[in-house]
Amino acid sequence: MDRGELAAPPAREGERPLRVGVLASQGDFAAHAEMLRELGAEAVEARGPAELSELDALVIPGGESTTITKAIERDGLAPAIREHAAAGRPVLGTCAGMIVCDRDHLGLIDARARRNAFGRQLASFETDLEIAGIGPDPLRAVFIRAPWIEEHGERVEVLARHQGHPVAIRDGAVVACSFHPELAGDPRLHALLMAMATSARKREEVPR
Amino acid sequence: MAERATFRVKRGLAEMLKGGVIMDVVTPEQAGLAEEAGAVAVMALERVPADIRRDGGVARMSDPTMIKEIQAAVSIPVMAKARIGHFVEAQVLQALEVDYVDESEVLTPADEANHIDKHAFEVPFVCGATNLGEALRRIGEGAAMIRSKGEAGTGNIVEAVRHLREIVGGIRRLTTLRAEELPGAAKDLRAPIDVVEEVAGAGWLPVPLFCAGGIATPADAALTIQLGAEGNFVGSGIFKSSDPERRARAIVEATTHAADPERVAAASADLGEPMRGDDIAQLAAEGELLQQRGI
Repeated sequence: MDRGELAAPPAREGERPLRVGVLASQGDFAAHAEMLRELGAEAVEARGPAELSELDALVIPGGESTTITKAIERDGLAPAIREHAAAGRPVLGTCAGMIVCDRDHLGLIDARARRNAFGRQLASFETDLEIAGIGPDPLRAVFIRAPWIEEHGERVEVLARHQGHPVAIRDGAVVACSFHPELAGDPRLHALLMAMATSARKREEVPR
Repeated sequence: MAERATFRVKRGLAEMLKGGVIMDVVTPEQAGLAEEAGAVAVMALERVPADIRRDGGVARMSDPTMIKEIQAAVSIPVMAKARIGHFVEAQVLQALEVDYVDESEVLTPADEANHIDKHAFEVPFVCGATNLGEALRRIGEGAAMIRSKGEAGTGNIVEAVRHLREIVGGIRRLTTLRAEELPGAAKDLRAPIDVVEEVAGAGWLPVPLFCAGGIATPADAALTIQLGAEGNFVGSGIFKSSDPERRARAIVEATTHAADPERVAAASADLGEPMRGDDIAQLAAEGELLQQRGI
C-alpha cells in the first residue's frame, strides 16, 4: 500500500511517544484512542482544560455536535483548544468534530459545515473514498447523519468529495472529515495526524 | 459504491451517542429543552413510563403527528418506541424516518413469543436486556444497540444496577472460558453461538451498551457509567422532577464527568426535588414489573 505522506520515519529509539488527546466530552472517543494507541501514540481522553495542554495532536471525535459544543462551553475548553491549534499542533476533527472546528464554532478552519447534510439516519451510508495525501487506495468511509463542507476559504485544501461536496479538507494543521475513519479500522488519517505532529514537534525543537 | 443500512452504519449512530444522555420527551417543547440541555437524542413518546405505569391500560406506539412535530423541533436524533414483536409499528416508525426504534418493554407487548426480526429493517433498533443472554439474543435478532432494562418509571436505580452487573459480569465470565466451553455457554445463555464467540473474543458486546430504567439523579448517571454503561437513557427522571431543565443539564454533566466526584458533586447541588420513586419489592408483589416482558 502506498502510504504517501505517511512514509515519515517512525519515532527514534528513546524518543517519547506522541501524546495525542481525544476530546472525550461525548462521542466515540474510545475508538479513536484505541486506533491511536495501535499506532504507537500515548492517547489521552481529555475532558478538562488541563488534559488539553501539552498535547502533540488533538482529535475531536464524532458525536452530537450540539452536545459537544455545549460541553466545550460549560467546561471552558475553547481557550485550550485554540491555544493548541495556534501553536501549529495538528487537529483531526471527524463528523461532529468537523462541525465543532468550523467558522461558526471554534473557528479552527476557514470553512462552514452543514449539519446533517446527507439526511437522517436512514440516509447514512458507507463507501470507498479516495483521499488526497494518504495514498491511492480508497479508505472505507462511514457517514453517520454526516455533515459536508458548505463553503470554504481559498487556503483550504479539499482532500475528498462525495456527490460533489467536500467531505475531507485540510486547513493548515487541521484536517477535518465528514465521515468516521475510526469505525472501519483504516488508520491512515490518524497516521497522517501523527506524521503532522512529528513534523510540528521537530519544528518546535529547532533552536531559535 | 455507497451502501446504506449495513450493520456498521446501524451501529454507527449508537457509537456516536456514547458518553451522552438520551431523554424521553412527550412534546416538542420538552424536546427543545432536552436538546438545549445537551441531550444526544430524544425518545419521542406519548407518556413517560411513570405515567404509563400510573394510567395502566395498553401502551402503544405514539401518534405519528406527535413524532413529526418532535422531529421538526430538534436537530438531534429522534428515537421512538414500538411494542415488542409489533413489526408493523416498527415499519411505521421506519416510514416516519425516526433515527432509532426502541423495541420496548415499556409498551405493552404485542407478541409473547417473538421479537421483531430487526435484520429485515433499514432503521436501527435498540432493545432492553436484564442479563447477557437476553442481550445476545437481541443482538442475534439484529439489535444494533443494547440498553439494560432497569425498571422504567420508578426512579429507582436498583434494577438498572442489577442488570448492568449481570451483563458486564456475564461478558467477563465468557472471556475466561476455553473455546470448547463456548457451545455449552451459548446453550446456558440461550444465545446464538456466533455472537457468544464474538463476545468471548472481544471482551465486549459487538454493539454499544447503554443503561436505562431508574436514573433520577446525576449520581445515578455517574454510577451506571462507572459500572460499564457507555451512555444513559433517562425517562421519567427528568420531566417528573421539580426543575427539569437544571436536572437535565446536571445528568448530562455527570455522564461526561462520571469518574470525577467533584464534578458530580457540583452537578448534584440545588436541583430541587427528584421524582418521588417507587419501591421495587412492592411492584413485584403486585406483578407490575415491566422488565419481565419480552425476555
